[in-house]
Amino acid sequence: MLSYAFRRLLSTIPVLWIAVTACFFVLRLAPGGPFDGERSLPPAILQNLAAHYNLDKPLIQQYLYYVGDLLRGDLGPSFSSEDFNVAQQIMIGLPYTFTLGMTAFALAIIIGVAVGCLGALYQNKMPDYVLGAMILVGVVFPNFLIAPILQLVFGIQLAWLPVGGWGDGSLKYLVLPVVVMALPHAGRISRITRGSMIEVMNQNFIRTAKAKGIGPRLTVMRHALKPAMMPVVSYLGPAASYLLTGSLVVESIFGLPGIGRYFINAALNRDYGMVLGTVIFYMVLIVFLNLIVDIAYAWLDPKVRNR
Amino acid sequence: MKKRLRSLRKMGFSMYHFSKKFLATAMFGALLACSAHAATINIHNGGDPQSLDPQKLSGDWENRIAGDIFEGLVTEDAKVKPIPGQAESWTVSDDGRVYTFKLRDGIKWSDGQPVTAGDFVFAFQRLMDPKAAADYAYLQYTIKNAEKINKGEIADANQLGVKAIDDKTLEITLENPTPYFLDSLTHYTAYPLPKHLVEAKGADWVKIGTIVTNGPYKPVEWVPGSHVTTAKNDQYYGTADLKIDGAKFFVLEDQEAALKRYRAGEFDILTDFPTDQYAWMQKNLPGQAHVAPFSGLYYYVINSQTEPTKDKRVRQALSMAINREVIGPQILGTGELPAYSWVPPGTANYDEPAYVSWKDEPYKQKVEEAKKLLTEAGFGPDKPLTLQLKYNTNDNHKRIAVAIAAMWKPLGVNVELVNAETKVHYDQLQRGDVQVGRAGWLADYNDPDNFLNLLVTGVPMNYGRWSNAEYDKLIKDGNLEKDMKKRAEMFKQAEKIALDDSAALPIYYYVSKNVVSPKISGFEDNVKDIHRTRWLSIKE
Repeated sequence: MLSYAFRRLLSTIPVLWIAVTACFFVLRLAPGGPFDGERSLPPAILQNLAAHYNLDKPLIQQYLYYVGDLLRGDLGPSFSSEDFNVAQQIMIGLPYTFTLGMTAFALAIIIGVAVGCLGALYQNKMPDYVLGAMILVGVVFPNFLIAPILQLVFGIQLAWLPVGGWGDGSLKYLVLPVVVMALPHAGRISRITRGSMIEVMNQNFIRTAKAKGIGPRLTVMRHALKPAMMPVVSYLGPAASYLLTGSLVVESIFGLPGIGRYFINAALNRDYGMVLGTVIFYMVLIVFLNLIVDIAYAWLDPKVRNR
Repeated sequence: MKKRLRSLRKMGFSMYHFSKKFLATAMFGALLACSAHAATINIHNGGDPQSLDPQKLSGDWENRIAGDIFEGLVTEDAKVKPIPGQAESWTVSDDGRVYTFKLRDGIKWSDGQPVTAGDFVFAFQRLMDPKAAADYAYLQYTIKNAEKINKGEIADANQLGVKAIDDKTLEITLENPTPYFLDSLTHYTAYPLPKHLVEAKGADWVKIGTIVTNGPYKPVEWVPGSHVTTAKNDQYYGTADLKIDGAKFFVLEDQEAALKRYRAGEFDILTDFPTDQYAWMQKNLPGQAHVAPFSGLYYYVINSQTEPTKDKRVRQALSMAINREVIGPQILGTGELPAYSWVPPGTANYDEPAYVSWKDEPYKQKVEEAKKLLTEAGFGPDKPLTLQLKYNTNDNHKRIAVAIAAMWKPLGVNVELVNAETKVHYDQLQRGDVQVGRAGWLADYNDPDNFLNLLVTGVPMNYGRWSNAEYDKLIKDGNLEKDMKKRAEMFKQAEKIALDDSAALPIYYYVSKNVVSPKISGFEDNVKDIHRTRWLSIKE
């Protein structure tokens, strides 16, 4: 298992290199540069800035500099922050993003699986319809619509929760952003769980379990849940990587620190170092999470384990 | 805080021993007094600062923080009039080129070290150092040899026209007499730096915990993406007069969300608001939304080098057919004033700007004349004029572009709207890849030169590549003119030339948009939209 994991990680290095290289050059092809803006800078100033960031060197040399720094573990400077380099910015934002992402992830699983199971057990009955319709709201409405509505209702009308900000990081500040982040995933997880559960409940071994006289609760918990989770787990990998890389919308509506905004803002600002830094970070994270999903598969399904 | 209060109260009630009860009550009282005393203000500041180093900034959100924690020789009062800052007085030589500043007694950095003339020399030399690559260094090019040093033409930084005569006396020599020089000293590029610290710590001097400042406040916390917190600087000479103990500058780009947080009491001041909410705010938050003239111009660049806008008649027709009166009140909804001049009215060192000659004609007549001009230029029903109008992606720019395209339609002009993200848009403008394009200018310093310079031949921001030798000469000579009246006249003459030739299409003068809680007093609307915390106070 360990050598398998190690090989998987090793195989990502060439992929990472190709992605960094492609990203590096494609970025430079994009029109506009990091110092273009409402206020054009005089040529002398632009030259000073270009020299400061080595942008006046031939592109291939810039690339070699970058890869050299990267091999030393240095992600380089960010044009949009003088006081924190790319790695520092990511490290500062990470705890916030992970706290939000993990909480949302857990919430999405709990709600999604519970609603999905109930839907399957009460297939085409009242609870199935009601819960299904409720959860669909989370899937159908985009987060940039849900978030302001929740702010208005719970932050202003009822004044139960803060409208935004991280505050002291206590639960009340997390509730709204976490719910907004978790809802769409909870919806999808519940649909997958429901479908898979219905299928599993019709399998022979469940019929056997029922025939043995095991009660419905035990049948579900002990026999049906684990196999029914297989498709859910394969969805959780991408969902986790989505949630753990943060959300631009949630961060900018709730005014939260985090890394979600970096990628898009950096691309718009032609902050070359930051774009590359986030690409590398995302790739490593996604590879790692996929690995975990594969391991979880093996644990859930003996067939995979013995293969 | 709330939790602690409640438990204390419980303590007070449950204790039967009088002295203990008394003690608890006293503690409770002290706590209350304490909370009333800690007057902090929560400001919605928009973006995250690029740095706390005043020489690495370029945005107004950065200025809000920098101007609270640093102070230059000259500073702004609540109405942004330049007033003595770190300098208590100054004299100007007869030729207007040499300024001698006398520093205040006892001014200190927040670590207790004295602020000396040497700190100013150090800061200005660093600003001009090409290796430091300060974005905004050019703002102080008025200082002798500054431009040459910044361009690398002079290697010796001591050639810069900033000299410390002694610890308390600073002499600044300019290239030319510059009427807005004192005003430009209030800018963050003119703040002193703690030489002792920058030399000892290098680039790390700005880190929280290390940084020392000389302004009314000092930064104590920075959570990137969330907020910067400041606290009173006890070493500041005016610290006894400060009514606010500290500020929190919040990062939040979503203006709708910011307004909601304001309504929930999480913010005391919003530094911008969504224009479409203005009417709602006037009704529901009366007196809290501040809209005031702001020294800035929203305009359309028009290419005067390429067909068809190379023809002056085409440019003028397009300019005349823009119904500026409806843009502020109806399209934006915040009442921006229509612009018929290049320099916004109210700019210092200038009286009334020159206006376009057709300013006061009724709109119908303007359209008729515009039609005539286009016909003369050879355009008509059989040869319609087709134009590309470019703007950077933004709801308001889009609304205005759509409206203006509709205003040009009756002239038989077909407009193709093209939008791009900001970087791409400005890259196109700079390369001259534009027929008509949206641009804006916010004044760096309060002087007509700041606007007029945008139309001088060869200036990078002259996107329309308009060029007029007489105009260039008037601006150049005007800047050398010592007599302020004559200078203003020359500038006005130049402005008239540009307007008569429709060098660009001014559309409206910017307004500043703030929302200020009724708890705050001392907030004065002003043309620079700068509101230093030291002038504010807050009722709990």
